[in-house]
Amino acid sequence: MKDDFVLTAENVTKTFPGTKALSDVKIEVKTGEVHALVGENGAGKSTLMNIISGVFSPDNGSIVFKGKPVRFANPNEALMAGIGFVHQELSLCPDISVAENIYMGRYEKGPLGIIKKKKLFADTQEILKMFKTGIKPEEKVGDLNIAEQQIVEIAKSLSLKCKLLILDEPTSSLSDSETEILFEIIRKLRSDGISVLYISHRMAEIFDVCDRVTVLRDGYYINTFNVSDVTPKQVVENMVGRELNDFYPQKSQERGETILEVKDFCQKDVFENINFSLRRGEILGFSGLIGSGRTEVARAVCGIDHFDSGEIIYRENCVSFKNYAEAIRQGICYLTEDRKQQGLFLNLSVKDNVNVTIIDKISKRLMIASKKEAENVKEYVKKLNIKVSDVAQQINSLSGGNQQKTMIAKWLSIDPRVIFMDEPTRGIDVGAKAEIHNMLRTLANAGIGIVIISSELPEIIGMCDRVLVMHEGRITGEVQGDEMTEKNIILMASGQ
Amino acid sequence: MSNTNGQAIRAFFNKMKSFREATILLTIIIFSVIISFLAPNFLTVDNLKTTAIGMSADGIIAIGMTVALVSGGFDLSVGSILGVSSVIAGVAYLAGVDIWIGCLISVAICLLFGLFDGLLIGKVGINPFIITLGMMQMARGVAYVVTTGSPQSLASVPEAFSFLGQKDVLGLPFIVLIFIVLAVAGDILMRKSSPFRKVFYIGSNQKAAKLSGINVSKTKIGVYMLTAFLASISGLLTLSRFGVATPTAGQGTEMRVISAAVIGGASLSGGQGTILGAVLGTVLLNLINNALVLLKVSVYWQQLISGLILILAVTIDHISHLNKKSLKTKKSIFTSSNAVINNK
Repeated sequence: MKDDFVLTAENVTKTFPGTKALSDVKIEVKTGEVHALVGENGAGKSTLMNIISGVFSPDNGSIVFKGKPVRFANPNEALMAGIGFVHQELSLCPDISVAENIYMGRYEKGPLGIIKKKKLFADTQEILKMFKTGIKPEEKVGDLNIAEQQIVEIAKSLSLKCKLLILDEPTSSLSDSETEILFEIIRKLRSDGISVLYISHRMAEIFDVCDRVTVLRDGYYINTFNVSDVTPKQVVENMVGRELNDFYPQKSQERGETILEVKDFCQKDVFENINFSLRRGEILGFSGLIGSGRTEVARAVCGIDHFDSGEIIYRENCVSFKNYAEAIRQGICYLTEDRKQQGLFLNLSVKDNVNVTIIDKISKRLMIASKKEAENVKEYVKKLNIKVSDVAQQINSLSGGNQQKTMIAKWLSIDPRVIFMDEPTRGIDVGAKAEIHNMLRTLANAGIGIVIISSELPEIIGMCDRVLVMHEGRITGEVQGDEMTEKNIILMASGQ
Repeated sequence: MSNTNGQAIRAFFNKMKSFREATILLTIIIFSVIISFLAPNFLTVDNLKTTAIGMSADGIIAIGMTVALVSGGFDLSVGSILGVSSVIAGVAYLAGVDIWIGCLISVAICLLFGLFDGLLIGKVGINPFIITLGMMQMARGVAYVVTTGSPQSLASVPEAFSFLGQKDVLGLPFIVLIFIVLAVAGDILMRKSSPFRKVFYIGSNQKAAKLSGINVSKTKIGVYMLTAFLASISGLLTLSRFGVATPTAGQGTEMRVISAAVIGGASLSGGQGTILGAVLGTVLLNLINNALVLLKVSVYWQQLISGLILILAVTIDHISHLNKKSLKTKKSIFTSSNAVINNK
């Protein structure tokens, strides 16, 4: 029955110059349902969502919302009709208050056009009550943390009485406890009859909070399952189109000599008493909540940031890097978690992105040897299976997974002995993730010491030989072997 | 050996195929053809020579400005550096110093100005607009102080010096020759040398450059010393050409030169631009000025038209980029990159 579905999209097709993003895709979301949409990068999820929320119009196809056929000319129409969209990259204005963000464009004004602030704050407080949060309507959005900002985004959609809320990778920046709160909110929405369309890569979450899941692959509709009738492995196999044997590569049995030792490492007000060692061939994990100081420790060890006290012993010598370039020359490097803003040169070519770290190495008398440029990038395109037709093309034309591989290639180019990888598989699809995981294990087996900083527990447990857990700047525990369980790590990460 | 030759030829054609540069070249050709009909003395050796000499002073500075733009900044002080360089050498000569020593002193002082800018912009991290704007005033002020405000004539300057600005070598005015040599060298270095490649990285994404091991402050210091150096050379050539140390020399240069570089493909946001493009931009702007003069259009119109061309060029470029990147642009309507930092 039509009334059962709040949204039905059928035969949706969309072509962009050069690619067919969607071919005859369908999706049906029931009223009061939490519906997951999954697929690798490039599967068409974002395009489908953009069409539903009015950013693009489809070349073909019909969309029926709340029983009526609709065609939105712009996102605002969709919003007013009752479709809310919370993007992965939040679109709030950081310098103005929560209330003003939520009611943007709809302020009630008195004579002379002055905004009725009291009413604005009161209305906002009403909405925020639903979320059991301490956010105040007058607070500036920029002062809130990511989880709170996300709540503001959701509140904005709810204030417009949306019937369908689309969440795009909502938990990628949330800690586990914040994720739980989000799930509670989603469950409440469901019981209030509001549907949620949940886009995510994380099977654990989908199986936790969603009712049904639709799979897209390469722009095609593959299947829709009831979450209760299917296993995560089956869903992933549908996404990837092939049978998966193991998610994670086998761990190493042998470890080499200690290559890096950090003693009593301290940076005032950021981290203290950090002690750890890393052996050749070992993959060490740094786990912890967002804000626990893992990134800061890595950056300080690599010479990017300063530190106040402590010792770094690298290859049996006590070292002190004057700057990051020196650390790189010695073979220690740090792969940033934020590839778009801090890792890649988006307007430059793939070749330029791979060779940035070895510019001086491949130059003779200040002139770059183009032969060496070409050779280096060719080597890593092959080794890392980077899908690119011409290395001279701009890197932002590559998919997220291939961009991440390019970033890894630029660090492998320096022949590192120790790599600190911060969120190495963030925001990339299952297929590329598995490739990178296998590659990391191969590197480790070749004798490189690898530290993985990750907020994804399955990744930490699956990839690492040993895990250090940090909490508010201190190491609260170290686990390996059988002790490496989600429960233990979460306990240590919250300070126990 | 033949492989590198083949590579060089291919590289040359890649250069020519580059959309922006080819467009400007085409525009220059079409424009020249039209003007040659409207103004019969356009295609005369005398006219072309004079125009070429006129554009060389700007062109030399445009080379440095392109590098500054690629680094994500720019240098508003170049006109003033041209002026102060010119008067320091001139006044030193008039005070009895050997003209060549005077030139060295002038270049050294201008390099110091550049170092000053570079330190504040590169090491301390202040916005180049403010710093170079301040330097623009400062350097001009120094020029006035040194000449007490009035132009000083360099009578009986050694011929070896006046040769630079006034005589020909191999049929070309020496100034034009220097410009061509510097432009060719600059273009090759920009494309192929490691220090200039780092400028591209810094302009494209400064944070990522730092996190890739590039010494950002050192490179930026080099950039602003280069712009000052080239402006100073241009100043000395101007001194030689006219034989007068004029404290007002070079006023307005920075605007013309930035326009030329941007028309040639340099982006104000950095990470993009070529010397060849800047040279073509300079040629185009100067040809248009020349045409206006030959067609007896009032001098006042020249500035208006230069400004109009700059706006047109940049707008057309922006629109053509929009078409190519419509995918990215449409998505970005709804997701704004805001200043929220992920607390990790």
